[in-house]
Amino acid sequence: MEALVMLLNDYTFQTVALGSAILGIISGFLGSFAVLRKQSLLGDGVSHAALPGVVMAFLLTGSKNTEFLLLGALLSGLLATLFIVQIVKHTRIKFDSALALILSVFFGLGMVLLTYVQKIPNSNQAGLKRFIFGQAATLLQRDVVLMLVCGTFLLALLVVFWKEFKLFTFDSDFAQSIGFSPRKLNLLLSFMIVLAIIVGLQTVGVILMSAMLIAPAVAARQWTNKLFVMVMLAAVFGALSGIAGTTVSSLIPKLPTGPCIVLFISLIVLFSLLFAPERGIISRIYRHRQTKLALQVERR
Amino acid sequence: MENKTTLDYVVEVEDLTVAYDAKPVLWDVDLKIPRGRLMAIVGPNGAGKTTLLKAMLNLLTSVSGVIRFLPGETGDSPKNKIRIGYVPQSGSVDWDFPATVLDVVLMGRYGLLGWVKRPGKNDVAIAKQTLEKVGMEKFSSRQISQLSGGQQQRVFLARALVQEAEIYFMDEPFKGVDAQTEKAIVQLLKELKAQGKTVVVVHHDLQTVADYFDWVTLINLRVVACGPVKEVFHEENLKTVYRSSGALLKSRV
Amino acid sequence: MSPQFEIQLIAVIVAVSCALPGVFLVLRKMSMMSDSITHTILLGIVLAFFLTHDLSSPFLILGATLIGVVTVWLTETLNRTRLLSEDSAIGIVFPLLFSIAIILITRYAGSVHLDTDAVLLGELAFAPFERLVISGLDLGAKSIYISGIILLLNLLVILIFFKELKLVTFDPMLAAALGFSPVLVHYSLMTLVSLTAVSAFEAVGSVLVVAFMIGPPVTAYLLTDDLKSMLILSGAIGAINGILGYQAAAFFDVSIAGSMAVVTGMIFCLVFIFAPRRGLVSALRRRKLQKTQFAQKTLLFHLYNRESGDHGSPENGIRPEQLHLNWSQGFTQQIVKSLEKNGCLHFDGHSLELTEEGRQTSICNYEELFQ
Repeated sequence: MEALVMLLNDYTFQTVALGSAILGIISGFLGSFAVLRKQSLLGDGVSHAALPGVVMAFLLTGSKNTEFLLLGALLSGLLATLFIVQIVKHTRIKFDSALALILSVFFGLGMVLLTYVQKIPNSNQAGLKRFIFGQAATLLQRDVVLMLVCGTFLLALLVVFWKEFKLFTFDSDFAQSIGFSPRKLNLLLSFMIVLAIIVGLQTVGVILMSAMLIAPAVAARQWTNKLFVMVMLAAVFGALSGIAGTTVSSLIPKLPTGPCIVLFISLIVLFSLLFAPERGIISRIYRHRQTKLALQVERR
Repeated sequence: MENKTTLDYVVEVEDLTVAYDAKPVLWDVDLKIPRGRLMAIVGPNGAGKTTLLKAMLNLLTSVSGVIRFLPGETGDSPKNKIRIGYVPQSGSVDWDFPATVLDVVLMGRYGLLGWVKRPGKNDVAIAKQTLEKVGMEKFSSRQISQLSGGQQQRVFLARALVQEAEIYFMDEPFKGVDAQTEKAIVQLLKELKAQGKTVVVVHHDLQTVADYFDWVTLINLRVVACGPVKEVFHEENLKTVYRSSGALLKSRV
Repeated sequence: MSPQFEIQLIAVIVAVSCALPGVFLVLRKMSMMSDSITHTILLGIVLAFFLTHDLSSPFLILGATLIGVVTVWLTETLNRTRLLSEDSAIGIVFPLLFSIAIILITRYAGSVHLDTDAVLLGELAFAPFERLVISGLDLGAKSIYISGIILLLNLLVILIFFKELKLVTFDPMLAAALGFSPVLVHYSLMTLVSLTAVSAFEAVGSVLVVAFMIGPPVTAYLLTDDLKSMLILSGAIGAINGILGYQAAAFFDVSIAGSMAVVTGMIFCLVFIFAPRRGLVSALRRRKLQKTQFAQKTLLFHLYNRESGDHGSPENGIRPEQLHLNWSQGFTQQIVKSLEKNGCLHFDGHSLELTEEGRQTSICNYEELFQ
């Protein structure tokens, strides 16, 4: 207990926990839309595809300031998304294959650039590596401030265009028939999802980011049938995992933060899938039994 | 016998050609839809009926052609643009989406609200009234995945009706619905016509064309005929459209 | 054999053995499963290592393969609840397993150097250093033989069970009705994928396995409709990617695996643009041709109808405006000129007149389209 109290007062912990919480909230918000648009694995794809952008940014600016690196990641991620969309549009290749292709090619490019950087004297690319594995423990206050700014920006866009996003995600043909341009909405939403992924990257890293985008939304969906509640709940689940993961990893030695956060959100998802009322598996089995019993009683 | 030149047309389609890959689905379609009519679009499967609808709604690109919507004299729509109510096939949407019946119907009001503005109490009231009209008011807070096929169809209908549009496009609204829903839809069509609206329906059941509609377009890759049901919906045209003996239809036509 | 040659040989072998099962992954819309498996393999290696305490034990391969299959099973169990979509299931299972692996490594295997870089990238450059030595004879890099065996396995399975795989891929329900168990075929395929991924992963790392498994098949997908051709093409393209990638890496002195992935992308790009029939250039050209052809046919129809209409056969021909074609001036001119060249009509600058050939063509077109 004492350790916990000490921890809560620790400045580094506060920073990291806050950053992780913000990650959770942003992922919850935008992940809901990614999941509903059947683009769940975009998180995985974009995070891998962000790597060349990060390294490029470092190569061009010589700085490891988070803002520049994130900007590079953003551009790279957006470019990847554009390619995926174009491939699907113009060929018979399906979304999942295009995603896998672009993801691996871009990541490979990132690795090529990384090994190129390694040869430049005086360049320490340890800071770049954290984008791959996420090192939440190395979050600085300015990183968190950046996350906060991006998060607020995304939240504002969500609030302003809420009904448009809801409509477009549900039925894009109908949206077009009443005058909303699906192209613009698609672009905007894709941009927002990519930004959310990039911002969260430094906390959990490339490989685990897809869980943060998908799991909170999937968990939230089990508890409600209203979009607004789902999005809010996803944010809460994300934030909880972020804080819990950070706390546990700070209390127990040799426990990396990113994987801890993912562990917590996975637990939340599993719990939701099992125990949510109505949709949950346990509830379904129970109702199934009840129906069976009722039928048996009737037959007698 | 109405003189065609004095008819007031709400939609004009010229030279519409749509192709998927190398195969044309619609060829050189010329169509004029008069205002205030209930028009059926009939033809065999794959004849291009849904494609025609989608092309008119600008939901797909055509190889060539022009589509014009002409607002009426009393058109008070903003920027003099005509409002179109679209009722798609119910299979076009993921019904597991987290939304209630009321949510979906309210979405129909979004076009009137424009960007950013939120639906207000008035919109909710209109949505609820419309739900009553289609007999779904008891389901307004029901999750849409728990609806039957006919109920889903009625929700889509309500969503289009709240737009207070001038012209409605419906894609096979009668397909796979129960008798009660079918009656409700027919009643609705009659009301719309009484209000002077135009309704264009892709219809799959030849037997009921004469009962429900007063105008018909027979289409199979190209327009075989278009006009009042009494004039145009006869065996010879049907034979051409369906290229079958048409013997099945002798009793009704 | 020089190290350079050995590396390229390994690359080619690995590329081909990945491309083969990859074809089926792409066709069954399970491409992202390859990404999933290559990440969870790590957990298998870690668990097997805890059991054997030996980094070069063959149990590691078995453990990793097993975990790969478990990943697939978990994903599908999750998917079967119908509470979430298939891709969501993938995106929840593999990060969980990967996280467990990372936690286990960090906490309990800290002394053993499981380089996470190697996890993602592999390092082909080091492959020549591990040699297979039997009775004092250096037979070459060990990796050649291991990946060679896997390649043979892939070839055998696909050759022997070709018709079952084909059937289950394109029509699982028919397959079940005919007595083939789609589930059995499915898990056999996934075990093969898993095994291949494990062997490849050692040489080229997680992410490149995805490039090798998915890249060549999607490229081949744009070039052929036949399953057999697709398999052969994928193998060939994979091999090319491997060799070219290595050459580029050697030239620029950069990551070999990354370089191969980039070459995969570039080759795909080339095919994407220039493939006959399915390439961009081809498609654009076809669309333009279609527009012209359709317009030509339309013009001829209109003229023909006009001629045989109630206007009778006009002696002076028909003016273009009379046809009510909503085309631009320029486009109309273009179509008229092309039809003139074909000998289908006469245009004296003022009015149009069908030739006999034009009439015949029109009738032919009509029958083609409407009969």
